[in-house]
Amino acid sequence: METDRISIILISEDREDLQMAGMIASVGAVSGNEVTVLVSMNALKFFLKGADDRAPAAGQMGEMLQRKKAPSFKTLFQQAAELGDAKIHPCSMAMDVLGVEWRDLETFMKEPLGLTKFLNDAKGGQVWSF
Amino acid sequence: MMAEKRQIDARGSFCPGPLMELIAGMKAANVGDELEVLSSDKGSAADIPEWVKKVGHEMLSTSEENGIWHITVRKVK
Repeated sequence: METDRISIILISEDREDLQMAGMIASVGAVSGNEVTVLVSMNALKFFLKGADDRAPAAGQMGEMLQRKKAPSFKTLFQQAAELGDAKIHPCSMAMDVLGVEWRDLETFMKEPLGLTKFLNDAKGGQVWSF
Repeated sequence: MMAEKRQIDARGSFCPGPLMELIAGMKAANVGDELEVLSSDKGSAADIPEWVKKVGHEMLSTSEENGIWHITVRKVK
């Protein structure tokens, strides 16, 4: 099976962005790709333990996703980690700014990651940003 | 061990829900088992065979009846 490296940088708090990133992470990971996600900026708060995952919709599609009960983006990231072994990391800078520790995050989140390592690991693969 | 046939009812679930439910079912299944996914999501009817081909399982059949797709897959490894 052909394996690619897929690196996703997630900073948005819009539901549509979070949903699409979760879809790529989950489908990419279960299809045998090495998926790494760096969660930073406005996206990180949704990955705190027990945080509400009803992110604000940017437009009509985001409202429809909620109304039609599409799988939540958080479920998609969890499936990416548990079924496809995706590595989902919080950004160490965003954690410092938010004042949170690794133990405050959902259990499927891996250790905090800095940009240098993320960029080095991403070399030669697909990079997506949301 | 006799191969089993199992059904996964993913009707009402949007992409990539049916695929994820199939994969969770695959993890729990034994080699040789057949899994039939029921899906109302047309995109998944195209996406699941693509995933099966990529990871190397066996597509047995795909059919549609009254807006419900029946996608049957055999676990081969």
